[in-house]
Amino acid sequence: MSVLKAIPVREQEGKVRATNFEEVCFGYNLEEAMAEAERCINCRNAKCIAGCPVAIDIPAFITEVKEGNIEAAYQTIAKSSALPAICGRVCPQETQCEAVCIRGIKGDSVNIGKLERFVADWALENDIQPEKAETLNGRKVAVVGSGPAGLTCAGDLAKMGYDVTVFEALHELGGVLVYGIPEFRLPKQGVVAKEIEKVSELGVKFETNVVIGKSITIDQLMEDEGFEAVFIGSGAGLPKFMGIPGENANGVFSANEYLTRSNLMRAINADSDTPLITGRKVAVVGGGNVAMDAARTALRLGAQTHIIYRRSEEELPARVEEVHHAKEEGIIFDVLTNPTEILVNDEGWVRGIRCVRMELGEPDDSGRRRPVVVEGSEFDIEVDTVIMSLGTSPNPLIASTTEGLEVNRWECIVASEEAGQTSKEGVFAGGDAVSGAATVILAMEAGRVAAKGIDEYLKKKV
Amino acid sequence: MYEILKVEKLADNTLLMDVKAPRVAKYCDPGQFLIVRLDEKGERIPLTICDYDREAGTVTIVFQAVGTSTKKMLSLGVGDAFKDFVGPLGCAAEFVKEDVDNLKNKKFLFVAGGVGCAPVYPQVKWLHERGIQADVIVGARNADMLILEEEMQSVAGNLYIATDDGSAGHHGLVTDVIKKLVTVDGKAYDECIAIGPMIMMKFVALLTKELAIPTIVSMNSIMVDGTGMCGACRLTVGDEIKFACVDGPEFDGHLVDFDEAMKRQQMYKADETKAMLKLKENHVGGCCGGDQ
Ligand SMILES: Cc1cc2nc3c(=O)[nH]c(=O)nc-3n(C[C@H](O)[C@H](O)[C@H](O)COP(=O)(O)OP(=O)(O)OC[C@H]3O[C@@H](n4cnc5c(N)ncnc54)[C@H](O)[C@@H]3O)c2cc1C
Ligand code: FES
Repeated sequence: MSVLKAIPVREQEGKVRATNFEEVCFGYNLEEAMAEAERCINCRNAKCIAGCPVAIDIPAFITEVKEGNIEAAYQTIAKSSALPAICGRVCPQETQCEAVCIRGIKGDSVNIGKLERFVADWALENDIQPEKAETLNGRKVAVVGSGPAGLTCAGDLAKMGYDVTVFEALHELGGVLVYGIPEFRLPKQGVVAKEIEKVSELGVKFETNVVIGKSITIDQLMEDEGFEAVFIGSGAGLPKFMGIPGENANGVFSANEYLTRSNLMRAINADSDTPLITGRKVAVVGGGNVAMDAARTALRLGAQTHIIYRRSEEELPARVEEVHHAKEEGIIFDVLTNPTEILVNDEGWVRGIRCVRMELGEPDDSGRRRPVVVEGSEFDIEVDTVIMSLGTSPNPLIASTTEGLEVNRWECIVASEEAGQTSKEGVFAGGDAVSGAATVILAMEAGRVAAKGIDEYLKKKV
Repeated sequence: MYEILKVEKLADNTLLMDVKAPRVAKYCDPGQFLIVRLDEKGERIPLTICDYDREAGTVTIVFQAVGTSTKKMLSLGVGDAFKDFVGPLGCAAEFVKEDVDNLKNKKFLFVAGGVGCAPVYPQVKWLHERGIQADVIVGARNADMLILEEEMQSVAGNLYIATDDGSAGHHGLVTDVIKKLVTVDGKAYDECIAIGPMIMMKFVALLTKELAIPTIVSMNSIMVDGTGMCGACRLTVGDEIKFACVDGPEFDGHLVDFDEAMKRQQMYKADETKAMLKLKENHVGGCCGGDQ
């Protein structure tokens, strides 16, 4: 095979996987991984490292894979990333490390994501442990939220010897990794639970069912429970709606609700007590990863599924791999289309969605061409379920109950880039709660930066 | 796990439980709710906080078995435990934040329907402990379905009872009693707080609007997370969309769109969604989206 081509990744065939919730992609085996690793030319001035938000020493770990030293490869990755089996699966590599790979100039980039996944899965299977703290300092730090930001911050602090407790509002740990991203993309037991287990083996304590701001406030944690610093990694969980007529009809859901019922509450399993309306014809409004996940879940539950997106296909913000997979599975893409009304029957249930066609006009603030309505282009699509996936913003619960915590006009917590320091002493923040909805790897990076910030703050404070 | 320390049968299919949950008990207030989950497969079920003991770290809940999950909860006894028990959620009753001297000049009327007695009780008790006597109307289908009558008696100013079949108190609806108190007995109320089935709250709100009594209702919408993350609990209040779990559960009864809220509450009732899923499982291929 030409060295210009990446070693193909085995995956479930489109038609088959459209009917099950097993993971789509099988990943590389040792032989395939070693062959793909050979394609890395180990650039002296490796651009991929700078392309990675947590600056994994990519050429170094790939060199170990070439030799078949998978444990050494894992320890190299583990220095920079706390959740590699997850990142290998959900990072938008095509816009990060792989985007700047020299191989990509003429041919396929090295498949860094799949190599990372292979190494991390191997470490999970072989029960390789990250290195623990040698001495404990006993100083208490609280982490709010158990998504990638919170887990990374907690893991890093534990490695430095802090006594860390993570408080999670839901009954299960993992944040978006468990309630949002579906099983067929990110296995919950096989991958997420195991990665969290590793954080817990570092000595981190977890308390589920604690809603900070309601069960207890940040101020009370610090004053009454002896936490010297707090990291807020509460994500951006508040769903947006369009504000069009019919949006409260029965059969209209936020993607968060639809995905939470399917993933966190396991409503896709017959023995779960949580109900889920599956629908026969489903329209998902939006074009991000969340929209793809909701659409592909609905499809697997037997629905004919449309994605309705107001810009063109090039602007779809979802990972390229997800769009590709969604198409293979049979999702219908109605791009340059925007809903104006949800049509409702006499009993209050959805019977269709009214849309207009759009065309691309002049570039807007984001640099993307602004979609404008094509006059007289109104048409109806017959659907019985509509899933709104228009983005999310941070939940105001914590900000509104914490004295002196500054937020910006999008409700995002204001925190310094270099240390995650907020406007309140001893309180740090990072991840989607600060940036607005972003990515797993950026949340991890923020968690890591804040762990360092907290360490420096507490060392000075003594 | 959250241990059950006491179980008391209040009426057919209606139980009261004391549950050990120190984090919920410590900072909860009247008007707030919590979410329980029975076991690994369980739904998240929102229940109003009926009473609490901060020292003992216990919270009292009352529920009526209506759906699959609450029916399962009927079999729980002392020593059993809930898998999850999270709270307090939602906002406390408005008056909790008000100045007590101010409150003393106010005349409150509470209207409780069915298990709505459970959330009304801690509110009346809270006021009673601060020397404020509120009038309470309790409605139930019949005398056997009346719950917490003695407890309510001990904290209420005047207690009025109405039953659909006349087996206790007034024979008829709670709205008849409100009308009589205001128009015949000439009582004046500054605020009405109605908690019960949505249909009751709707008609109470219609009447109190006519009588010009500001009215608060507590919306028991369908919920999943209870923290503002999913929007399942959304409802229309005035011309705004609100989330019952974080913006409420209490809202201005004169602004709530009850008809929409009642339709939304039926969302999973008509539908045998689980059975549909089972069917699909046997129908490998999913080619026709076949759920018929
Ligand atoms: C469906 C979906 C698909 C996605 N796909 C991708 C993808 O393919 N690739 C990618 O890189 N990114 C993806 N993302 C985005 C990515 O998941 C997020 O950017 C990332 O999870 C943010 O991490 P976080 O730790 O900041 O927050 P979260 O993961 O949101 O975690 C926050 C946690 O805090 C908890 N919490 C909130 N408030 C409180 C409180 N008051 N008290 C206690 N706990 C609280 C929440 O319950 C939650 O568990 C996706 C997101 C969704 C929803
Ligand atoms: S229950 Fe999910 S937002 Fe209210």
